[in-house]
Amino acid sequence: MLFKKKENNLPAGEKKKNVHYLTGKETREIAKSNNRRIRELEKKKRMHVSEADYTTTMRDDNNIVEFDDLHTHFFTDAGVVKAVDGVSFDIPKGATVGVVGESGCGKSVTSLSLMRLVQGPMGQIVGGSIRFNFGDGKAYDIAKMPMSDMRKIRGEKIAMIFQEPMTSLNPVFKIGYQMDEMVLLHTPNCTKDQAKARSIEMLQLVGIAAPERVYGCYPHELSGGMRQRVMIAIALSCNPKLIVADEPTTALDVTIQAQILDLLREIKAKIDGSVMLITHDLGVIAEMADYVVVMYAGRVIECGTTEEIFDNPLHPYTIGLQHSKPVVNRKVDRLYNIPGQVPNPINMPDFCYFKDRCDRCVGKCSGEYPAFVQVSPTHKVACYLYEEKTNSEE
Amino acid sequence: MAKKKTITAEEVETVASEAVAEMVEPAVEAAVAAPVEETATKTVEEAEETAVTEVKESEPLDPEAILEVRNLKKYFPVQTDFFGRPTKYLKAVDDVSFKIKRGTTLGIVGESGCGKTTLGRTILRLQPATGGEIYFDGLDINTLKTKELNKLRPSMQIIFQDPYSSLSPRMPIGEIIGEAVAEHKLVPKSELKEYVLDIMKKCGLPHHYYERYPHEFSGGQRQRICIATALALQPKFVVCDEPVSALDVSIQAQIINLLKDLQEDMGLTYIFISHDLSVVEHISDYVGVMYLGSMVEYATTADIFDHPMHPYTEALFSAVPVPDPKVKMHRIILSGDIPSPINAPSGCKFHTRCSRCMDICKEVAPKFKDYGNGHMVACHLYSQDDETPAE
Repeated sequence: MLFKKKENNLPAGEKKKNVHYLTGKETREIAKSNNRRIRELEKKKRMHVSEADYTTTMRDDNNIVEFDDLHTHFFTDAGVVKAVDGVSFDIPKGATVGVVGESGCGKSVTSLSLMRLVQGPMGQIVGGSIRFNFGDGKAYDIAKMPMSDMRKIRGEKIAMIFQEPMTSLNPVFKIGYQMDEMVLLHTPNCTKDQAKARSIEMLQLVGIAAPERVYGCYPHELSGGMRQRVMIAIALSCNPKLIVADEPTTALDVTIQAQILDLLREIKAKIDGSVMLITHDLGVIAEMADYVVVMYAGRVIECGTTEEIFDNPLHPYTIGLQHSKPVVNRKVDRLYNIPGQVPNPINMPDFCYFKDRCDRCVGKCSGEYPAFVQVSPTHKVACYLYEEKTNSEE
Repeated sequence: MAKKKTITAEEVETVASEAVAEMVEPAVEAAVAAPVEETATKTVEEAEETAVTEVKESEPLDPEAILEVRNLKKYFPVQTDFFGRPTKYLKAVDDVSFKIKRGTTLGIVGESGCGKTTLGRTILRLQPATGGEIYFDGLDINTLKTKELNKLRPSMQIIFQDPYSSLSPRMPIGEIIGEAVAEHKLVPKSELKEYVLDIMKKCGLPHHYYERYPHEFSGGQRQRICIATALALQPKFVVCDEPVSALDVSIQAQIINLLKDLQEDMGLTYIFISHDLSVVEHISDYVGVMYLGSMVEYATTADIFDHPMHPYTEALFSAVPVPDPKVKMHRIILSGDIPSPINAPSGCKFHTRCSRCMDICKEVAPKFKDYGNGHMVACHLYSQDDETPAE
C-alpha cells in the first residue's frame, strides 16, 4: 500500500521539496504510533467476547446489512491510510446494491471489512459498525465479532466472489476438492458423497455443461469464464443470504461478461438473496443494480436508486464519471475529463476530497468535509452545491 | 543496442508463447469436444493457398494507404515431432488483410486470445511473420534487411498495454524518453535534453519529472511517459496496444483525449487495439473485428456500429453494457467459450457459436469480401445472396 503523495502546485522555478522522502525521525514516529494503535486493536480482538456484546438491533428489519460510519485504516510505514473513512449505506433484502468508484476509493476494502478479511495486523477496522441481519430476529455487529464466531457467517451467510478467477482458485487442488471443502465445513454431519452431490448440483446450476468432468479438473484446465462460474458455484453452495461480488467480470471479455451477469441475475432470483456488486463499470451497474453507492477516496459521496443516479446525478464527480466514459452509439467530439488524479490517501485534507479536481467549487468547499444532503427519501449527496439550494428553497 | 533489443524481444515472445501454448494444450484437448475432420481442413487450406496467389498477382498498392497488410499469417509451433520439426501450429493471425489511410485510426476489437496483440506486433516486425506481406509506405517490411529495418523503426512505434511493466525501473524518465532518440541520432547530443523536455510538454508531463523514476508515478502518468517515448521518434504510424485498459475511467478519458490531440498535431496514423468497444467507437475511423486469428468484419466506424453484418460482430456489440438503466438491450448471448486456436473449427471458425449457422459454414471458410462502401465481411449469409445474380 505505498501511495504517492500529492503534487503541490508550487510556482515554477521554486525548488520543490521531495515529498516522497521521509526523514528517519518521521519514520520512527510513524512506526511508534502505528505499533501502539495496532497493539491496542489486536488486544481487543483477542479478548473473550460473549454473544451479548456483539448482538445489536437493525435500524430497519428489511435490511440485510447496514454499514454505519465504518472506518477501516491501514497502518503503513508512510503513515495511516484511511482506506474506508466513514462509510454508511444499507443493503435491503432481495436487492442488488452496486458500489462504484475508481481504484483506491475503498470499494474492495469495504467488502473485505464486511467479511472480516482485512489483512491484519496492518489493516484494522478502527471504528463504526456493520450490522448483519442473522435471521430469527437476531442481528450481529460484524465489526465486533470474534474470528471464531465470524466463521459461522463467512461463507455460509455471506459469500464472496473475488475479482480474479485466475488467482482465487488453488492451482494444486482439483475443483471438486475445493468445492467439497466449503460444503463439508458448513454442513454438520455431512458425508463426502453428499458433499460431492451438492457440488455437482451447484456446478449444474451455474450452467456448466459437464459438471462431473469439471469436478475432476484442475483450475488451469478451465477458461476464465468457466473459472468464474466455478467461483460462483462455490459461493452459492451454502445458500448464502448475501453475495458479495467484487468486480466479478473485470477480468473477462464482454461476451463472457454478458453470460456471467445473466447468470448472477438468474441465481439471485433463485436463492432470493441480496447482491453487493462492486465494479468500476457504470454499464454493469446500470444493468444490474437497484441501488447505487458512489465512493470516492474512502467515502460515500452519493447514493440513491439506479434511476436517480443515472438520470439526475448530482455530485460533480458522479457527473464527471458518467461523461468521461464513451458510450456506444452516443457520439461526442471530446470526452470530458476530470482533471488531476485521486488524492493521496495519506494525510487527507479536511475539506472536500474532490475540491482540487472539481470545476464547480464554491467558497464553502474549503471548509470542513460536507455532510450528506437528503435530496429525496432515497437519494443523498455530500456536496455543498445542493445544501445551499435546499436551504434557499426553504 | 537497438539490434540487441529486438532480438531479445523476439526470443522472449516466442519462448513465452510456446510456454503458454504448452500449458494450454491439455486443457484444449479436453475442452474441444468435437473432433476436427482432417480431410475438411485440408481442402480448406488448399483453397486458401490458391486465393493467396490470386491476390498477389492482381492488386497494385494503394498510394493513399500508409500501411497495407495482405494475407498476413503468424503461426506459433506448439508441437514438434521426434526430429524437432513442428507438427502442430497455433494460428494466432491467420490470413488477415486490410489497409489504413494516412492520418486515420483503425480500431481492432475482439475477445482475448483472438490475435489482436500478435497482429500489432507482427505488423511492426517485432516478431517475424509466417507468411503474407506488410507494405509500409510502399516497402515490404517482411523482406527488409535488419539495417534497412532499423532505419525505418523510428517512423513506426508501439505503445504497450501495461504501463507498469513497460518502463525500466532503473532509468529516470528523461533517459527513457531520450534513449531511442539518441540511438537513432534524431537530434545532436547538445539539444537532446531540450528536445525531450519539449516532447514531455506535448504529452502533458511537467518539466521537473525529467529526473524522476517510473515508480514515482501513477498509472495515468506512466502511460503518458510511454506515449512520450513512442512519439519522441516522430513516428508516422503508432500501434496502440490496449493503452487505456489498465487505467481508471477518469484517467482513460485524459489519455484518449491526449492521443486524439497528438494525432491532430502530428498527423499520426493509429492502430488502436482494444477490447473496449465504446473506446474504439470513440477514437477510430475504421474498425476491424477479429475472431480466432481471422478478421471477420472491417468497415468505417459508423457503418459497422449501425449495421453490423457478421453474427459475431452483432453479438459482440450487443454484449456491451450501456450505462443507462432505461435502455433494455436486446442481447445476443453467445453460448460457450472461444474455441482454441490450435484446433480451430473447420469452415467458418465462428460456426460453433453462431446462431445462424448453415451447413456450408461447417465445411467451407467464407471469403473476406466487400459488400459496398468498403464494408468487408467474411460470412456465408451474405455471399450466397451475391452469387446467385452473378451466375
